[in-house]
Formats: sequence, C-alpha cells, structure tokens
Amino acid sequence: MATVSQSTFNQQLKRYYSIYTGGFVGFIIVLGIAEQMGLSNRWIGYCFLFATILLYAVIGITSRTAEVSEYYVAGRRVPAFFNGMATGADWMSAASFIGMAGTLYLSGFDGLAFVMGWTGGYVLVALFLAPYLRKFGQFTIPDFLGARYGGNIVRSIGVVSAIVCSFVYVVAQIYGVGLITSRFTGLEFGVGVFVGLAGILVCSFLGGMKAVTWTQVAQYIILIVAYMIPVVWLSAKHTGNPIPQIAYGQALQKVTEREKQLTADPKEKEVRDILKARADAATAGLKDPNKAYTEGRAAAEKRVADLKASQAPADQIGAAETALAAYPKDVEAAKNQWNKDKGLAARAAPPRPHAEPFPGKDEAARNTARLNFLGIVFCMMIGTAALPHILMRYYTTPSVRDARLSVGWSLFFIFLLYFTAPALAVLAKYDVYHFLVGSKFAELPAWAANWARVDPALLSITDLNKDGIVQLAEIVLGGDIIVLATPEIAGLPYVISGLVAAGGLAAALSTADGLLLTIANALSHDLYYKMINPNAPTKARLAVAKGLLLVVAIVAAYVTSLKPGDILFLVGAAFSLAASSFFPALVLGVFWKRATKWGAISGMLAGLGVCVYYMVMTYPFFRTMFNITVPIADVQWFGMNPISAGVFGVPVGFAAIVIVSLLTPAPEKEVQDLVDHVRYPVLAGDIDTRAT
Amino acid sequence: MQLTEKHREYWNKNLTITAILLAIWFVVTFVEGWYARELNQFTFLGFPFGFYMSAQGSLIVYVVLIWFYALYMNKMDRVYDVHEGEDD
Repeated sequence: MATVSQSTFNQQLKRYYSIYTGGFVGFIIVLGIAEQMGLSNRWIGYCFLFATILLYAVIGITSRTAEVSEYYVAGRRVPAFFNGMATGADWMSAASFIGMAGTLYLSGFDGLAFVMGWTGGYVLVALFLAPYLRKFGQFTIPDFLGARYGGNIVRSIGVVSAIVCSFVYVVAQIYGVGLITSRFTGLEFGVGVFVGLAGILVCSFLGGMKAVTWTQVAQYIILIVAYMIPVVWLSAKHTGNPIPQIAYGQALQKVTEREKQLTADPKEKEVRDILKARADAATAGLKDPNKAYTEGRAAAEKRVADLKASQAPADQIGAAETALAAYPKDVEAAKNQWNKDKGLAARAAPPRPHAEPFPGKDEAARNTARLNFLGIVFCMMIGTAALPHILMRYYTTPSVRDARLSVGWSLFFIFLLYFTAPALAVLAKYDVYHFLVGSKFAELPAWAANWARVDPALLSITDLNKDGIVQLAEIVLGGDIIVLATPEIAGLPYVISGLVAAGGLAAALSTADGLLLTIANALSHDLYYKMINPNAPTKARLAVAKGLLLVVAIVAAYVTSLKPGDILFLVGAAFSLAASSFFPALVLGVFWKRATKWGAISGMLAGLGVCVYYMVMTYPFFRTMFNITVPIADVQWFGMNPISAGVFGVPVGFAAIVIVSLLTPAPEKEVQDLVDHVRYPVLAGDIDTRAT
Repeated sequence: MQLTEKHREYWNKNLTITAILLAIWFVVTFVEGWYARELNQFTFLGFPFGFYMSAQGSLIVYVVLIWFYALYMNKMDRVYDVHEGEDD
C-alpha cells in the first residue's frame, strides 16, 4: 500500500468501507431472519460479540506493520474524513454510548453540560492545537512539550500526566466491556473483561496506530448505526416523525404537561408521602439508634399482641407478624436499613422538570447549580482539548490542511450521536410517563417486566401504596437502561438489542484502544527511546512498544477486575486533570514565543497541584482516604463540585506559565524558530521536525 | 528561516479569525448557558429556547465554526503562499 498515491488510497478506502457497511447491514438482516426462525437471544448475543471481535481481529492483523511511523501515526496518510470517523470512535466511550442518554433522562437540562462540553471542546482543538501539532509532526504529545520547552523535565511531567489521565479512563472502558459482554451473553463479568482485553489487543498489538485507526473507523460505523436505528423507530412510533432530533420538541411539551399532572396527582402524593415518612423515620432512628431500635421492636411486638388479644381478622394478624419478622435483627442491621432509607428522601420529591435549567429550592441554590453547570462545561471542553489520545490522532493526517478538515469531520461524526442523545432521553421519558406510569402491576409493559426481572439495579418497581397501579414515584430506574432497553420499548426484535450491545462494545473497545496506545507510547517512545536509549534500532523500538502495550493492557484489566468504585467520578476527574496540566502549556507553546521551559514546568505542576488539592479536599472518597475532617462547605470555592476542579487548575496553570516565563530569560532562537515552524504550513528554508 | 511581511500578515489574520470564532464560541457556550433560564421563556421549533440551544443549537454552531475555520485557513494558505503540495 505504501506505493499508491494518496488519492488512489482514498478511493480504495471508500470502496472497502462501503462494502464493509453493506456487509454489516446484510449480517444484521440474516440474524433478523434467523431470529424469526427461532434462534435464541443468547445465540444472537454470541453472534454479535464474536462476529464483531473477529472482524476487528481481521482488520488488526492485516494492518500489522514493522515501520515505526506506521506504528505510531498510521504512516501519516489517514484522510480527513476517515480520521474524523476514527476520532469519533476514539472519543465516544461506553459512557457516551450507553450512559449519556440515561444521564439526560435522570438530570434533564443539567445533564446537557456534558453534551455541550464534549462537543464544544473540538472548537478549541481546531483553533489552538490540531493544525500546529500536525505541522510539528512527531509521535506523542510529550514530544511536542519536550521539543518546545526543551529538556526532559517537561517531557517527564507530560508522560506522567498522560499516563494518569489515560489509565483512569481505560479502566472505565474495560469495565464497560465486561458489563456489556456479561449482560448480553450471560458470561461472567471477569470472563467478559478477559474477552474485552482480547478484543482490544487484537486491534492494536500488531499494527499500533495504523491498525487502531482502521478498526476505529469500522467501530464508528457499527456504533452509529446501532445508536440511530432504535431512536428513529421510537420517534416514528411516538411522534409519527422519523427524525427524532426535530420531532422531540413535541414530545418534550407533552412530557412537561405530564410532569405537572404527576406533581399534582393525589395517588402520586400518597406514594411520595410514604417515602418521606420512611426517610424521616430513618433520620430519627439514626439520631439514637439503640433507643429507636428497642422502641421500634417493642411497638411491632405490641401490635401483634394487641391484634391477637382483640381477636382481629387473621389477615391483619398475619400482616403484623410479617412486619415483626421483617424487623431488623439487631441495632447494626437497623442502622444499615435506616442509612438506606434516608436516601428515599430524594424520591419523595415531585418529578424534576425536564427542560428547566438549574432547578433549586431558592435563588442561592439555583445560582450554585448554574455555576456548577458552567464549571462542568468548561472542564469538559478544556479537557477534550487536552486529552492526549485525541490530540495524537491529528498527527496521522497527510497535511495541515487535512488536519483542519479532519477536526470538522470529527465533530460532525461526534455531533451525530450527541445531538441524538437528548432526543432519546425525552422520547424514553415520554414512554415511561405515559405508558409505564398508570399501568397495572399485573400487566406491566413487556420491556419493563422483563428488565425488572433481569436486573433490579436498572429497573425496580414496587407497589408502595398497594393500589395495584404504577405511580412514577414507585419506579427506580438506572440510567443505563435507557439505551439498553430502547429497542424493546420501541417494539423492535431482539436482533436490534444485540446490535445495540455490539455498538456499546465498539464504543468501549475503540476508546480503550486509543488510550492503551497512548499509555504504551508514552512509555516506549518518550521514556525508552527519547530518554533512555536514543540509539535503539527500529526493531527494538517496536518490540518494546508492543511488549509495553501488552503489559499495560494486562495491568488495566487486572485493576478493572477488582471493580474499583467511583469509576464515573474518576473519568470526569481525568478531564479536569488533563485540562489543568496540558492545556495551558500546549496553547502558550504555540501562541506565545516568550513562554519558557521553567514557565511550562511551573504551570503544569501548579495547575495539576491545584486541581488535585481541590479534589482531595472536596471529594468524599479522597476525604475518607486522607482522613480530612474539615467540613466540605469550608473548603469549597464558590460551591464548585470536585469534578470541576479544572475551573481553578486551568487559570492557575496559565498564570504560573506567564509569570514564571517573564521572570526567566526568553527562549533561544532555535525555540522561536520552532514556534514559527509550527505556525506556517510551509515556510521557505524551514526546519524539519517530523519524527521517524 | 526568514519571516516576511506577508508571513506576519498571515499570522495576524489567523489570530483575528481565531479571536472572532472564539468569541462566538464563548457566547453560545457561556453567555447562553448563564441565561438559559431566561431564554427558556421563548419557544423555538416547539422547544423552550434555552433547552434547544444547549441540546442542539450550540452544537450546530460548533460544527459550523470548525468548518468555517478549516475552509478559511485552507484558503489563506493559498493566498499567502504557505500551502502544502497536493500529495504531501
């Protein structure tokens, strides 16, 4: 392939991927027919799982390479359009594919912070980074920091930051792979993680960036098809219009009306009161557990005795005896129960108005909610423009011109999913509010009955007021169910559910590939080749790169199998960390010639330091870990949540670079030449920084 | 490596367009976000306008901004003769 011209290569790619897309659609149709002929759901799950992983393996193996620049940057010949698709798959993780619509369902307007943040960040990538990094033309992000600021200190900080951000993120992806595999095939979570690991390694091991790129394009096609089909169907079903992004305005109006009805509905109020009473009793019980426990038990015993003494009907006595038997065995058990019940207070509130921004009980609460919304938007955007696994994709285009266009394609392909997710959330809510709420417990909609049985963590419905009818406040719903159950809600055959699982798997695998490669490359290229053994021959470099990839993958899978908690928080944290450490140094490196080595060092460390400090002080998990007892309110700045720590880290990083740069001597002429070099796509008498 | 007047002009144009696009980005992101509550009083295509902007409107603007920048700068590359060959 190395000999064909770029335009022939483009033509070939288009032909291959058109055939591939057609083949994939054919595969879905064949499975659909097989389902009608009696293929079981479990086998449909297996077919999707193994067919897609086999496909990735074939692409991965045919893309094997022994060339360094193919391994690290796909030979720099990925056309803008395809790099856009690959970036889309690289970017959209299990959290975007499965979690996003659920988050929007549960938090309404406030969830849109992620939709805006994870798309608007590409404007910063386009304006500040992509074309300049492409002109610089090396292999990794620490490469740029090392060349621009000189010396190994900046490069090392870059390596450490890249590894920390990417590792946290990759664990979440492998976790997602394990979940999807186990849910749709019935394999155990641990086995699922192992299958996922195999799926990741077959893509990247032999061909590095080259193989990852071409599998990511294939994965993007699967994930976007899988996301769109059920939503389009659901939209046609509920609104008569198959374009969900336009049609859901109508559905949103109906949801808003229904919210008002449900808020005023007496039966709903009854359920909310029951929940509130339980939560209040729990709070009271926790104040003096021993006393409350003894009194509670005595009351339950007395009730049984009283009923028996007054010769009450047998069913009343039976109910009282059941209540007594269900009473916690000891004070510890009672405390656990009460701690759980305390959380019911959240469910005792009327439904949250979906379209209302920053709801809150008073003006101050609303203002804090608004600041936090904008804080998340800010951190997700800057983080997007600082995550190494995304930025390094712009090294792979043939030219600066293509790098610019490629950001356009990237955001376009990402946009397709992100502007559909809010529509899916509203359409699903429409369905739940109109058809699930008000149905009889004896005849629940099939999808609800099915999911409540399979996975109570995703859906559980309890008849709290014993009227036999489902009230909204009786439904507890886990966000992930929105995407997973949409095919069933829309009344589509199981083959589409299998397709959605394959899409989620593609999203998780593609992101994990990009991240693992980033980590392994930071170690093999920046640490081994640039710092330890600059004379290493090509063969040794590739051997080290592949060996490290394997090690990193196994470590990541091992950490995942321990099921660390707080994964979602850690992913959000990765954005704040990346934003605080990389963004100021990268942007000033291109736009301010005066930025010096010590400026960059202090900026990266200060940004990172402030960010980490704020998270440790305000995030419950770290507070317990480091035994911090100061009340959260005292250490919070402007009521900002820990996930948005980058709001403080980024400005501090910029300020530190500027101040320290001005205090240290201006960079040498060579560095200034380098800056000019990256600013102009072509320059007469230019230096050449492309790595080989 | 000698920068000519023309080169400086190219870079200044780049800075200007970057600043303009960044300002638009700022408005549709943070100004819009700040006033989302107030904007929701208007209706657009059946949506409360603040909600519409955060869910779709701003996203569309982002896509347009990036494409505009790419096409504009690719043209500037040619005008100022700093463009790459067809088949780098």
